[in-house]
Amino acid sequence: MTAAAPSGIPSLETRDLTIRFGGHVAVNAVSCAFHPGTLTAIVGPNGAGKTTYFNLISGQLKASAGSVLLRGQDVTNLPASSRTKRGMGRAFQLTNLFPNLTVMENVRLAVQSRAGAGLQLLQLWSHRGDLIDKADKLLDAVKLLDKRNAIAGALPHGDQRKLEVALLMALEPEVFMFDEPTAGMSVDEVPTVLDLIQAVKSLGTKTILLVEHKMDVVRSLADRIIVLHNGALVADGEPATVIASPVVQEAYLGISQETAA
Amino acid sequence: MLHSLLSGDYPRSRPLAAILLIILIGLALTPFLFPGSQPLNTAAKVCIFIILVASYDLLLGYTGIVSFAHTMFYGIGGYGVAIALHSAGPHWGPLALGALSALVLAILLALVIGLFSLRVRAIFFAMITLAVASAFAVLASQLSDITGGEDGLSFRGPALLRRSFQLFEEPVFGIDITGKVLGYYLLFFIALGLFLLALRVVNSPFGRVLQAIRENEFRAEALGYRVVVYRSLANCLSAGMAACAGMLTALWNDYTNPDTTLSFAIMIDILLMVVIGGMGTLYGAAIGATLFIIAQNYLQVLMGQLSEALSAAGIPLLPLLFHADRWFLWLGILFVLSVYFFPTGIVGKLRSLRK
Repeated sequence: MTAAAPSGIPSLETRDLTIRFGGHVAVNAVSCAFHPGTLTAIVGPNGAGKTTYFNLISGQLKASAGSVLLRGQDVTNLPASSRTKRGMGRAFQLTNLFPNLTVMENVRLAVQSRAGAGLQLLQLWSHRGDLIDKADKLLDAVKLLDKRNAIAGALPHGDQRKLEVALLMALEPEVFMFDEPTAGMSVDEVPTVLDLIQAVKSLGTKTILLVEHKMDVVRSLADRIIVLHNGALVADGEPATVIASPVVQEAYLGISQETAA
Repeated sequence: MLHSLLSGDYPRSRPLAAILLIILIGLALTPFLFPGSQPLNTAAKVCIFIILVASYDLLLGYTGIVSFAHTMFYGIGGYGVAIALHSAGPHWGPLALGALSALVLAILLALVIGLFSLRVRAIFFAMITLAVASAFAVLASQLSDITGGEDGLSFRGPALLRRSFQLFEEPVFGIDITGKVLGYYLLFFIALGLFLLALRVVNSPFGRVLQAIRENEFRAEALGYRVVVYRSLANCLSAGMAACAGMLTALWNDYTNPDTTLSFAIMIDILLMVVIGGMGTLYGAAIGATLFIIAQNYLQVLMGQLSEALSAAGIPLLPLLFHADRWFLWLGILFVLSVYFFPTGIVGKLRSLRK
């Protein structure tokens, strides 16, 4: 079953993407195309290979076989930084910040990367007021503006997650990859992040990939769901159809049990 | 003006600002405040090591790269000037040519080492720099036709910088402005300029990326910064600055040999100075270098005097403990104490006092 795919070149595509760790095949020949204006949720039990699939797409891991195409161009052999420059952005599942730098500096570095200003050696960073203003706006959007001078490593977990999302927003990518953006957040913090994702989605031009365990979140945001199981793509389609399918019910029960545990 | 000179990186601590100001004024006025060749030699060495240590801090403190090849780049600068002046005579032309070639060689070598090994794990990079630096030191002592071997090269600097040269017939404030004093001021202003340049670089958008790489290279790469490019650039900058320090040393001493530029002992000294002053702050490099060089030059003398005074007073044992030959022991104790009490270096300690 295939979702009614929009026409045109997909913004992101994987073809037979595979990675083996020794004898274990963590991601097994996953072929999938993602189109602008679509939010695709990637679900599957723990250990299904969702984060590994993300790592292959954004370049943290090197594929054993298969390819990754970004707007039709093969980026399989490019380092992560080049993929980011070409419009791919990623928020990590395990918070992955610059722990001893301030909240502001974390976001400013992402803004600076987007502006391509990293190789300016003789300018003062503080003279780029435009970058600082932009970072402030992003911090405001994730409700961290009052903590802009705090050290990132000292923030509570939920705030670190929000900062992680702010870093992704700062990159202004074409392809947004969220890896469980709300994991470990308190209930009242979740809407801030979901509203941001919703805002990106309503732009209608961005491609969004979302790994998420909370099914209510998936239901409310996703246009399409793909299911990974033991590293393979086992279902792909409209949310209602996929959720109802037997293969997902089985994989799904696994998730519910683990979440409940 | 001050903001621009210091690149907005203020000392952020009154005592720290005071210490830095004392160092600056002391170095600027050494020829007038402390006449004689020994203080001038010490001050020149302090200026040179501030540059050398600051350039090393760019790698270690800001980018998180451990390199053991820093003295090699220092040596390249020293030998570049020495070989040029030794073979072509004491003129500005050969000096400029030697300096330029050394700078280019140092930067190219740093680039090659960097591109080959900065993508691998930090420990491998450290080992590779150690191997290359050792090979270079052996090469310098074996190629005696070019480098003068173990004895090194002695030469004469341009006439303007010699002790026999007099700028004015009359002394100024009681001091003869000889070529040596002129040479000192040349060295002082070049060192000051390089220090301020380094301060600018670490406070530039580029410098911020270096700190990000030190903090989390994986995330820096994911944000779109090609880590190996930034590291290689930092390595080249640092090597170029170290080479400049080497040139100044050669020009000041009128000789270059393996012991004064390439020895591993200097590498250790640089490491100690960075750690004592405080990693990741260039002001720490200035303070670490100043304290260390002054201790190295005067601790021995002071201890000798103390030892004599104690033995004259008839106190047993203590004169032996403070004998001038024991100065290295005391330097070691001072180092251990400073690391124990100031793990973030003197600058880190002074800055945290304010809070």
